[in-house]
Amino acid sequence: MTVLQASHLNKYFYQPERFPVLTNISFEIQRGEFLTIVGKSGCGKSTLLYILSTMDTDYEGTLTIGGRLLTGLKQPDLARFRNEHIGFVFQFHFLLPEFSVLENVMLPALKLGRFSREETESRAYEKLRLLGVHEQALKAASKLSGGQQQRVALARALINDPTLIMGDEPTGNLDSANAKNAFDILQDLARQGQTIICVTHDQEFAARSDRTIVMSDGMIVSQ
Amino acid sequence: MYSTNFRIAKTHLLAKKKQTIVAILGVTFGIAMYVLMASVLTGVNKLVDNLAFQATAHIRLYKEADINRESVLETVYRGSNTLVKVHHQKPIREKLYLRNASEILDDLRRMPQVTGVSAQVSSPVFYNFGSVQFNGTLLGVNIFDEDRLFDLKGQLKSGRLENLLANPNSLLMGIGLARKMNVLEGDNVTVVTPRGVVFVLKVVGIYKSGIGALDNVRSYTNIGTVQKLLQTDPTYITDINIKVRDVYSAAGLAPQWAKRYGVKAEDWATANSTMVASNKIRDIMTYIVSVTLLVVAGFGIYNIMSMTVNDKMKDIAILKATGFSGRDIIQIFLTEAVIIGILGALLGVVLGFVFSWMVSKAPFDGGDFISIDHFPVNFNPVFYLIGVVFGVVTTLLAGYFPARRAADIDPVAILRG
Ligand SMILES: Nc1ncnc2c1ncn2[C@@H]1O[C@H](COP(=O)(O)OP(=O)(O)OP(=O)(O)O)[C@@H](O)[C@H]1O
Ligand SMILES: [Mg+2]
Repeated sequence: MTVLQASHLNKYFYQPERFPVLTNISFEIQRGEFLTIVGKSGCGKSTLLYILSTMDTDYEGTLTIGGRLLTGLKQPDLARFRNEHIGFVFQFHFLLPEFSVLENVMLPALKLGRFSREETESRAYEKLRLLGVHEQALKAASKLSGGQQQRVALARALINDPTLIMGDEPTGNLDSANAKNAFDILQDLARQGQTIICVTHDQEFAARSDRTIVMSDGMIVSQ
Repeated sequence: MYSTNFRIAKTHLLAKKKQTIVAILGVTFGIAMYVLMASVLTGVNKLVDNLAFQATAHIRLYKEADINRESVLETVYRGSNTLVKVHHQKPIREKLYLRNASEILDDLRRMPQVTGVSAQVSSPVFYNFGSVQFNGTLLGVNIFDEDRLFDLKGQLKSGRLENLLANPNSLLMGIGLARKMNVLEGDNVTVVTPRGVVFVLKVVGIYKSGIGALDNVRSYTNIGTVQKLLQTDPTYITDINIKVRDVYSAAGLAPQWAKRYGVKAEDWATANSTMVASNKIRDIMTYIVSVTLLVVAGFGIYNIMSMTVNDKMKDIAILKATGFSGRDIIQIFLTEAVIIGILGALLGVVLGFVFSWMVSKAPFDGGDFISIDHFPVNFNPVFYLIGVVFGVVTTLLAGYFPARRAADIDPVAILRG
């Protein structure tokens, strides 16, 4: 079953002048697939991921997730869609510094409102334990190390059991043991039916995934 | 859903306590000053109003020296083609009294909009007590009619109104005059008119209207006494004071009655035009200062909210990335503004009350003109209500634009770093 379909995506940046960042990107991902995207720095991986995550709507082509055409939808609908169906780990781990680790993980779930507060809290603990940062749960997010923050961000991406989990180098700041743990978790989730898309520079990480898309200069050179 | 946004707003406010407190104090100060201004200025207005109504009837009928009368020459040559001009006519010697006073009184008493009528005869006199002599006015009235208009009973410091009726040769003296002459209730004072008529009157009471300008010169006695002093007949009435049901109808009624009775009629607003004007000025001042204070407080909030939004660009981007919509973002920042507004406004009215109370306790000498010893303050709950409502509305407005901007932030642009 196709979960995500991108067809003929084109994107331009206008600074300093109009130039193509993504050219004719088309691909599909099946449910339960663990996909990695690799390519040289600056080739457009993050840009592509922002489009796939529905945050960037300034592109040509179409994007369909779970059978639903997302191209052209209004911001509030996209926000709602992201909240329910997409978990995102940013390249530069971004937590809300004024909130505790636990609250950071809980917020998307509280927004979704699928579970009660108590359930949400216990689920958040569970995700944090999975990534080995449950002992930091009550600390302020800003007091964590880079690797810890990245793991919390991953826990946050998982909290709503999203259809799609997207990561922009989600293991970039982790030591090899933790990177392996993170990979195992993602692989586990893929086996259970969630779909993973990760941008990575890590050869080994890419090699262990189900499929790898290679990009160069805004184009897909192999998939 | 809202509870989550509320929690986020609360966390933001608590994380930046200093900034939040400064924002709250900005509103507090604005509202407190508004309450103080409004209370004090309207307090003064109210006092002046009350005093004016204590000294001035709603409408006064009297006779005025007729300067613009036709000269004899003009009467003779009227209609002929002769140009006649009489320069600088002097007023003729005429008695300034209301000719058909008793008919006017009867007519007025029958009118439904009239709630009180009091006839007066006044005369300038010299008061002599021992070897001191003061000039002043002696007012002949029917004391109960006068009481209905000006609450004389409430003004009495000693003695009783009834005493005046029991003894025809008696008077109620203004407290300022009594003090100046060192007169006490029971003393006899000698009264001399400009024409040299001398009467001895007994002081049977002392009153205090609160207006120094009156209390220092005026005494009440029976109408007949003044008529005798002036050597006139019992129909001689110089003034008719009228109280009407609606004070604001006075300005319209006065000219009607002037025409109807062929006399001069003056309404209270005309008689106190300086007071009415200064009340208006105080009202305008209240508005200007209040609006200024609230606008300044509003800009304060706008500034702080703008700064907060700038500080929180990243957070806003993250919230949007994880599924919070523009509406949620607006809700979060508006909630922050409203919390600041409500806390600021509540603190503001409390502080405003404290300030007003302090001012109301501060000793203040009204001087000779008005006898008050504390500053007049109007503790009207409406100001407190307006303060809270304005505080909250201003902060809502001031918070809306930064919140709008926050909602429009493009998360991708921020998250790229
Ligand atoms: N806002 C922007 N305006 C103009 N050009 C941009 C903008 N953002 C990115 N670019 C350019 O677009 C290209 C693709 O950037 P992108 O961040 O997608 O690269 P990437 O593949 O993720 O690189 P990395 O592996 O270093 O993260 C780069 O050449 C970058 O300089
Ligand atoms: Mg990148």
